[in-house]
Amino acid sequence: MNNPYLPYPVRVESIITETEDRNLKTIKLVFLNSEDEQKFQYTPGQFAELSVAGEGEIPIGIASSPTEKGFIKFTVNKVGKVSSYIHNMKAGDIMGVRGPLGNWYPWDLLEGKNLVIVGGGFAFTTLRSSIVYMLDPANRPRFGDITVVYGARFPGLLLYKEELAAWEQRDDIRMHITVDGTTDPNWKYNVGFVPAVTKQKAPESENSYAIICGPPIMIKFTLPVLTELGFPPERIISSLEMRMKCGIGICGRCNIGAEYVCKDGPVFTLEQLSRLPNEY
Amino acid sequence: MTEIYIAKDKLPATIGKLMSEHRVYGPVFEGQYHEFVELKAGDEIDLAYQNTRLSPKGLFHPHSEKMCQFSLAKDDPEAGIMKEAPKDYSPRIILGIRPCDAKAFRLDDANFDTPTIKDPWWTQRRATTTLVGLGCNQPCRTCFCTSVGTGPFDPSGLDALLTDVGDGFMLQAVTDKGKRLLSSMSDGEPVPPAVGEEAAALKQSAEAQLGTQFEPKAIAEKDMLELFNASFWDEVQFSCINCGTCTFLCPTCWCFDIQDEVYEAQGDRIRIWDSCMFPLFTLHGSGHNPRNLKLQRVRQRFMHKLKYYQDKYQDGVACVGCGRCVKFCPVNIDIREVARLMSATCVCPA
Repeated sequence: MNNPYLPYPVRVESIITETEDRNLKTIKLVFLNSEDEQKFQYTPGQFAELSVAGEGEIPIGIASSPTEKGFIKFTVNKVGKVSSYIHNMKAGDIMGVRGPLGNWYPWDLLEGKNLVIVGGGFAFTTLRSSIVYMLDPANRPRFGDITVVYGARFPGLLLYKEELAAWEQRDDIRMHITVDGTTDPNWKYNVGFVPAVTKQKAPESENSYAIICGPPIMIKFTLPVLTELGFPPERIISSLEMRMKCGIGICGRCNIGAEYVCKDGPVFTLEQLSRLPNEY
Repeated sequence: MTEIYIAKDKLPATIGKLMSEHRVYGPVFEGQYHEFVELKAGDEIDLAYQNTRLSPKGLFHPHSEKMCQFSLAKDDPEAGIMKEAPKDYSPRIILGIRPCDAKAFRLDDANFDTPTIKDPWWTQRRATTTLVGLGCNQPCRTCFCTSVGTGPFDPSGLDALLTDVGDGFMLQAVTDKGKRLLSSMSDGEPVPPAVGEEAAALKQSAEAQLGTQFEPKAIAEKDMLELFNASFWDEVQFSCINCGTCTFLCPTCWCFDIQDEVYEAQGDRIRIWDSCMFPLFTLHGSGHNPRNLKLQRVRQRFMHKLKYYQDKYQDGVACVGCGRCVKFCPVNIDIREVARLMSATCVCPA
């Protein structure tokens, strides 16, 4: 019988420090068995349990895109036992991955629509997956305009800086990178909070969906902006975090009302969330 | 053969025969309480028991169990790779389980055995186990099974049902598994007509004692957010000390934690019962906790049992009325009272 608790063994291919505060590292993993890689068919928005024997498991959004073959990638914030252990791993080390888990951004609904992606801080991982996925030459014609507002407290805290710079150069994606503040005289992007920059850039809401991920305070102040721009709640999509163990809707801790964030989520529309208790 | 009669003096021999082909579990008085244990030759099964202190959920979802095992030895090429932990799925019979507790397994199936994801250990244990229930002639004062869609003789969670008719037991098959069990038992006698009548009378009398103590349907019809935001939770949670006794004893509390344990170079990944009563249950790595307050945790337990489960599975409440949480709560919180608050026609602000 298929055992959903048994992680696929993977090898750490590389591990890089993403941010100046050294709290975020991106870990690239390669499956030890190619048949496991075949089974790990994921869609942007999903997550996986990273498993370290003897330490435990953590649920982390998948930062790579299914269009990138041969590896999977996760950006891990150092907060506890397992994430700290992973931060100290080296290329060649063996660990495990369980997944893919949860639902995904509703790509069938998003087809033919304009996308507004709003991200803040380190909650840019599954958004990165989504952007890479949409920019893939095979997928790009399926979507309308793509607008990205991505902010961090200061430039050193932005994830994926090289990719952000490369996307800036493209004409098929509109990038609005911003920081809360900076002393860098050469900073050539925006300065200001994500809600304010979203309001200023005023992306078109007609035929558009917004995907928003970030710290609660950013989401709280950006939602009214999106509403004002004309996005109805069913076209505002977010992804939630919760303490999880099993990741498959069985262990019982990640519920919001009758929904399990791990299995029924983590992706919900604002309209769905409005019908659930405010307990997340 | 769908029903037989077994005289009480012949029961030990009958159980002995079953034990030669199955692992047989039954209620045994150990220490201060009754508990389901695997019977060994000479163990005394007590079918005059009221109920076990701990629910029998541990027979399918043990308090702690190995999920995977691994080596961390430096010279082991498989170090750090999780392996399946071996399990015993040889056929077993649970004898004398109360109908409410057996019904609880059916409710728990909705969680462990879904169309998309199947818990391998729960489902395999369920498949290889035959549940032989024992009807309740004398329900407890804390019982309320008939209010939550089951009852003292409810066969719906069972493969076969025993009814104590004084000098003997009537054993009725419920499922095909139960029929197979009965046909393998050569020592049963035909049920005398008087015994069948007595069993029916016992059922009627037990059900009449219980009555209807609240109406789960009324809770299903309520708006989730209206119940969630009701003011009575403040009163309900006031005396709770978050000890977790209710969740520990409850046959439909299945929540678990996953922990790695390592001794020298060998380790196990273990799952172990957890409780929504504990703040750590929902504590994020960041320090944020969506159920940081006692009120939130108490509300979660009752909302899950009586509202969320109903809404999610459309199969009644996640409660079988066994009454353990009522009986053993150290501060006398009574789920029947809470259910009545939740099902009251007007959830008025205080």
